[in-house]
Amino acid sequence: MGKIRKEKSKGTPPLSTASLPDIVFMLLFFFMVTTTMREVDLKLIMKKPRATEVQKLERKDLVTYIYVGRPKNTATYGIEPRVQLDDQLATVDDIQGFVVVKREEINEKERPLMTVSLKADVNVKMGFIGDIKQELRKAQALKLNYSTNPAADQEDLFRTL
Amino acid sequence: MAKREVPEINAGSMADIAFLLLIFFLVTTTMDVDKGLNRKLPPWDDSPDVVESVVKEKNVFTVLLNSQDQLLVEDEYMDVRDLRAAAKEFIDNNGDGTCDVCRGTGDPKSSDNPIKAVVSLQNDRGTSYEAYIMVQNELVAAYNELRNELSQRQFGKPYNDLGTDAQKFVQEKYPQIISEAEPVNIGG
Repeated sequence: MGKIRKEKSKGTPPLSTASLPDIVFMLLFFFMVTTTMREVDLKLIMKKPRATEVQKLERKDLVTYIYVGRPKNTATYGIEPRVQLDDQLATVDDIQGFVVVKREEINEKERPLMTVSLKADVNVKMGFIGDIKQELRKAQALKLNYSTNPAADQEDLFRTL
Repeated sequence: MAKREVPEINAGSMADIAFLLLIFFLVTTTMDVDKGLNRKLPPWDDSPDVVESVVKEKNVFTVLLNSQDQLLVEDEYMDVRDLRAAAKEFIDNNGDGTCDVCRGTGDPKSSDNPIKAVVSLQNDRGTSYEAYIMVQNELVAAYNELRNELSQRQFGKPYNDLGTDAQKFVQEKYPQIISEAEPVNIGG
């Protein structure tokens, strides 16, 4: 009675890649859940200031963004700080209308909760920011959030001084 | 009749498709969460006439920020590093002794109590945004630290972990009163 012996295969068996799609899908879902779509195409140079007492912005659908900084394309737009609303560069006078339009998009009950997030560059002068704040006051958009990058603590914040 | 075998679908390219999707999402999305300092603007007032101020001089903590980003606090030059401590001392002073949770020195020349204390901030048109945010941050931090200290003493845990009622209690003891004057144009 002879045992039937299998031919010993030489070399390592090929690695099964059957679970590769599963792994990749897992990664895919992770990124889909944790990230958000890029809202606008930024046309300005913007380095946000840092602060320690930051609060998270809840309810993204109630937030309107205003970007302030020097234009990236200096040949066309010059080097003076500009305002960007949605995808285009605008002037300070356009802010009031823009905010009103954005407020109309929110359902009536939640309109008082609308927040304006001001994303401004560190080098912009306060005169310009002040003008924007006046426009926001005129538009009755009184909830303002100065967008900042979080710093770990006070020490960390003053290191750049 | 012989059973016809259904040919198996080749799933080998599934990984490629998933990778393609993954890369698409990596490129089009951002991970940054929006954080910032929450402030409230005063409502717009058309009438330019000056309202008579009823706040006593000693209850106002004046912070001026000039176009060179230099700080003048209560008529004295100050480094932004010292602003937080100075603001805390002013708010927590308890000059008239009505604040039962304050631990200030009770200096008669400084604020009466945290409810009456007003922090007044004025900047120049030439002030940089960075300096302005830094000062705002320090002032908010002064209030937050006072609230945190009170909540640690009273409830034994940080302010953010308190329930709504307890938070309200702390807020009433230390209301955040930061008033901003319209920017001036002095220093060019």
